[in-house]
Amino acid sequence: MGILEVKNVNKRFGGLQALGDVNLSVAENSVHAIIGPNGAGKSTLLNCLVGKLIPDTGSVMFDGQSVLGRTPYEINQMGISRVFQTPEIFGDLTVMENMMIPCFAKRDGAFRLHAIAPTDDEKEIVEKAERMLEDMNMAGKRHMPAASMSRGDKRRLEIGMCLAQEPRLLLLDEPTAGMARADTNNTIDLLKQIKDERDITIAIIEHDMHVVFSLAERITVLAQGTPLVEDTPDNIKGHPKVREAYLGETA
Amino acid sequence: MDAIILQILNGLDKGSAYALIALGLTLIFGTLGVVNFAHGALFMIGAFCAVTLSRILNFSFETIDPTKTDFLGNPAKIKTTYVEHWFGADFGATIIDWAVPLAILFSIPIMILFGFIVERGLIKHFYKRPHADQILVTYGLAIVLQEIIKAFYGANPIPTPAPDVFKGSFDFGTLLGFEPNAIIYPYWRLVYFAFSALIISGVFAFLRFTTFGMVVRAGMADRETVGLLGLNIDKRFTFMFGLAAAVAGVAGVMYAPINSPNYHMGMDFLVLSFVVVVVGGMGSLPGAVLAGFLLGILESFASMNEVKSLIPGIDQIIIYVVAIIILLTRPRGLMGRKGVMED
Amino acid sequence: MLGLNKKDFSLLLVVAALTLFAPFILNPFPEGSGMAQFNAGYPDLMQRFVIFGIFAIGFNILLGLTGYLSFGHAAFLGVGSYSAVWMFKLLSMNVIPAILLAVVVSGLFALVIGFISLRRSGIYFSILTLAFAQMSFNLAYSVLTPITNGETGLQLTLNDPRVLGQSATADGSIPVTSLFGLEMRSTFEMTLGPWLFQFNAGYYLCALILLLSFYLSIRIFRSPFGLMLRAIKSNQTRLNYTGLNARPYTLAAFVISGMYAGLAGALMASMDPLAGAERMQWTASGEVVLMTILGGAGTLIGPVLGAGFIKYFENIFSKINDTVLHGWFEFMPDGLENLIVGILHPFIGKGWHLTLGLLFMLVVIFLPGGLVEGGQRIAKLFRRKKPDDAGDNAQSTPAE
Repeated sequence: MGILEVKNVNKRFGGLQALGDVNLSVAENSVHAIIGPNGAGKSTLLNCLVGKLIPDTGSVMFDGQSVLGRTPYEINQMGISRVFQTPEIFGDLTVMENMMIPCFAKRDGAFRLHAIAPTDDEKEIVEKAERMLEDMNMAGKRHMPAASMSRGDKRRLEIGMCLAQEPRLLLLDEPTAGMARADTNNTIDLLKQIKDERDITIAIIEHDMHVVFSLAERITVLAQGTPLVEDTPDNIKGHPKVREAYLGETA
Repeated sequence: MDAIILQILNGLDKGSAYALIALGLTLIFGTLGVVNFAHGALFMIGAFCAVTLSRILNFSFETIDPTKTDFLGNPAKIKTTYVEHWFGADFGATIIDWAVPLAILFSIPIMILFGFIVERGLIKHFYKRPHADQILVTYGLAIVLQEIIKAFYGANPIPTPAPDVFKGSFDFGTLLGFEPNAIIYPYWRLVYFAFSALIISGVFAFLRFTTFGMVVRAGMADRETVGLLGLNIDKRFTFMFGLAAAVAGVAGVMYAPINSPNYHMGMDFLVLSFVVVVVGGMGSLPGAVLAGFLLGILESFASMNEVKSLIPGIDQIIIYVVAIIILLTRPRGLMGRKGVMED
Repeated sequence: MLGLNKKDFSLLLVVAALTLFAPFILNPFPEGSGMAQFNAGYPDLMQRFVIFGIFAIGFNILLGLTGYLSFGHAAFLGVGSYSAVWMFKLLSMNVIPAILLAVVVSGLFALVIGFISLRRSGIYFSILTLAFAQMSFNLAYSVLTPITNGETGLQLTLNDPRVLGQSATADGSIPVTSLFGLEMRSTFEMTLGPWLFQFNAGYYLCALILLLSFYLSIRIFRSPFGLMLRAIKSNQTRLNYTGLNARPYTLAAFVISGMYAGLAGALMASMDPLAGAERMQWTASGEVVLMTILGGAGTLIGPVLGAGFIKYFENIFSKINDTVLHGWFEFMPDGLENLIVGILHPFIGKGWHLTLGLLFMLVVIFLPGGLVEGGQRIAKLFRRKKPDDAGDNAQSTPAE
């Protein structure tokens, strides 16, 4: 029984079958990649996991509980964090403030009105945020407005913010899309480090094969909204069906 | 039955005004993506075009008529308007009498030009700014425009009558076989309705049957793609703003006899027409027209005594209540499209 | 100090000094001099400065922090005024119960309206608040006449019960508002040479409440709650995917700002016990938008500055007339003098709103940060080097 169990999920948009009978099981503390050509339904599947979309049929269970019908923030509070394709951070706030928000969310839940005591007096939160920034190697940038950083740094901050919530499942949506090679490699190293140091399950949607094969322990190939095969990276590389559906397309 | 027909008719003229303003607002919003709080002011300026033309036509000179004396025994001064002097007394008087309809011709170039200036000089720079900024700057513009009008024309409403032919009422009921005087409807309101129907069909025909209109409609559906086609969007935007200003302007001109123009009529109409736009669905032209008439008629039904005695005060709030219910239950309005202003 | 950092505390001190010494600061011209008409240090006007300051401070908690633009806040001000006047009619002329009731009632009213309006965001939210405010205004004028007294406005009469006070004073007139016996209208006048300074009890009560309101708003700005509100303005998507529910946060901000508006309304009624529906009109809501934006939305001091600026110049400009202008430009040749007076004429006296509208547009176009940003830019011109140093330090040194 995996930490994330997707069973018979279907999703139609008008006449388009975006997802057809998707079954997926992500084992706890593994790195699971979902790959597939454009329009294979990867993003739709991801959106069904985080509460942005509701599947027409099927079930999505996280740690034995259904996530269907819950809002994104409720699902997040269950322990699923999401990293977006283009980094979603609080651009108007400083790096430190960005990092403090998930710390508050972890400690206080979805809503708590503490309107009088200064933020800086929250020692526990400040310390945790500082520690996270150091882990992310960005302590020196703490007073910078987040929007003024490079794309690679924004991505790093976003991942750090997700980790500050101590999620059990981290979902990454093409985390290296649009990045230069150096930034991509940094991100790979960061994710490897996270995998080694933390008890965390990572599910990653990715286009870049280099990223996928450096990280993933299991790979699911999605084509036209349906899982084609699921296997280890080595087996996937040589799989004829995959070549046909996916690698063949790019070759 | 006759009461119902009467209320529908009563709702039509106000509904026509709502529909025309909302149409312009939607054109601007749909093509330019700008939330224009100054649109009511454009309507108001239109109404003052009618006032201005009727003043211009009434420019006169004085002559002394020695055959007559005034009550002090002095030779009487006779005022003759230039129009009467030039075109003869009868025809001149007719021209003056028809000042309001003539003001349409007078207002269209003024409003288009004014629209161009506003778009080039101000609105253009706000395409990329947040909607809140657009609201704020156009709200500022609305204040400036209404204060300028106030400075020139004063704070009091200025009665601007319709031509004599259209004064008085028309017994609509007899046409339908009711008792005489059951449904009395002023001629001018009928004219207003017919006029707005004409303008609305004109705008729709323009958008449907001209190449220009096609590009504009494509732009309303998907702005980015049209921009990629390499079409000169800028010029079209400017023109659309001019067109929307002209629509609001002529709506104002024709409304002058119904409601004497005053400087704050724009703000009064603005709130309601925004409500109309939202009810119709942001970015939907048919929605704006439909909602305009619907709310106009609904409002006049709510002001029937029978309804008021049932729910006191309903006439004052019906439009807002409908708007709130629609916004909460059908976020896209009656006919709104997916993806417009959704967040 | 008081749980504020040094910078915020000195800001509070500045505001405190300004309000405390306002009777001096606003009366720079000696009595009887030609400029005396431009003095603004009389009780009525000073009260208006601070009351609108409170209104704008509250509005800024919503607009400045969350970015939600409400066009309906005047409704809460109106509700506050009505509640306060009712308290004067039924209970006593003491302002404290009136203020408390007003804050509670406007808070409840804001809770209802906010709960519904905040289901949508962006322009839809603005229009929903606009619709609610116009609805309240129309109702106050029509069906709610038993509560609001319609067009005449709600006033005190000799027949009011005032269970804890008296219906009429010994000499048969309507009693005046007071704070435990201290009459709000009582004014101490001080003559210093040709200068006349007026210290009004009502003004100082309002000023004290302004300081409290300002202090509270600083605390909110610096609190985790304030941080969440700024996060909502910055990126709602990230907020949702960080396990935070934006709606109760925005609703809380909406209610708090509604209570500030109710407080301002109650103070208006406490200074002059009447309430009219026109206070609720959407253009009145527009005025607080103008104040907040003009001063600088999202900054602490901006709304206070904006409110003071608008109310001050409204007063000054409406007093300048052509005669005054001719006086100023006397030294010029006649033709030029008349020309300049002619050009300026539409902007002065009753034309103040035109000037305000233009100013507002200029601020929105060129100074999105309002007067505060303008001030910062000027300050930067004078010490260009310093900010750069500070920027470097911030990046290289670890936490203090």
